[in-house]
Amino acid sequence: MALNRDFIGRAYSSPTPYEVSRLKIKEFAAAIGDANPIYRDAEAAKAAGHPDVVAPPTFPIVFALAGAGEGLNDPEFGLDWSMVVHGEQRFTYDRPIYAGDRLLCTSTISEIRSVGRNEFITVRGDVTTVDGDPVCTSFNVIVERGGAK
Amino acid sequence: MGATIKWDEVEQGQELPAAEYQVQRLNLVMYAGASGDFNPIHWNERYAKSVGLPDVIAHGMYTMAQGGRYVTDWAGDPAAVVDYGVRFSSMVVVPDDDKGATISVSGIIEEKLPDKRVVVVLTARSGDSRVLSKARAVVQLA
Repeated sequence: MALNRDFIGRAYSSPTPYEVSRLKIKEFAAAIGDANPIYRDAEAAKAAGHPDVVAPPTFPIVFALAGAGEGLNDPEFGLDWSMVVHGEQRFTYDRPIYAGDRLLCTSTISEIRSVGRNEFITVRGDVTTVDGDPVCTSFNVIVERGGAK
Repeated sequence: MGATIKWDEVEQGQELPAAEYQVQRLNLVMYAGASGDFNPIHWNERYAKSVGLPDVIAHGMYTMAQGGRYVTDWAGDPAAVVDYGVRFSSMVVVPDDDKGATISVSGIIEEKLPDKRVVVVLTARSGDSRVLSKARAVVQLA
């Protein structure tokens, strides 16, 4: 069943700020096997000119889709999660993410297109500080296999 | 703060040193916990095979992270990456043995941009498959 196009343009905001912790960055860096001390040691990060430990470039995936779940899981949308694969991912960064940041994310279902038998859904995530300063933007394309038939 | 590589000292078309990253089941279990993506295709062989996959496969984001690590290691600063995008073109199959899978990453400076930025295009392979396509990072150099 094709996805409900009425959802294009709908935006969902994270209800509470995501608080970036040193421990979560360290855990994420360990999981991707990256031993860079700037991800683990606040003193090393400060010696390199940063205010605190830095998050790896793909770290925003931890929270950037949280808001969109409300829309993507809505039965009216019609998405079969068992058929979903990650198609594309892009991040653009206004500034690095640091431990101590309190971030908000607004996720927008920006595009749905059918390619062959598959549905391609683009979710744009605008990440800001709680004060509204831009931090990064996530572009997430998920593919529902067989969804366009 | 900033990259250790100088914009003036790199050339369009320059190849970056290739690197190889191992991925074992343990890495995927750790990544599931760290990222919150607990899809069983990334840790449960029985489930993966029941939905038609050859075996457990790595999270696409795990592979993207290896490409990110490749770029930040080269540039010398994680904060130097200002734009990073990939397409997941093939899966990384991770067998349950002592070796796991290998992700081989190479890169080339496709373009020198103004303001001391460069476009790095990445190639990531596992086995015979190209696992990332359209993998591209914009990096702020010194």
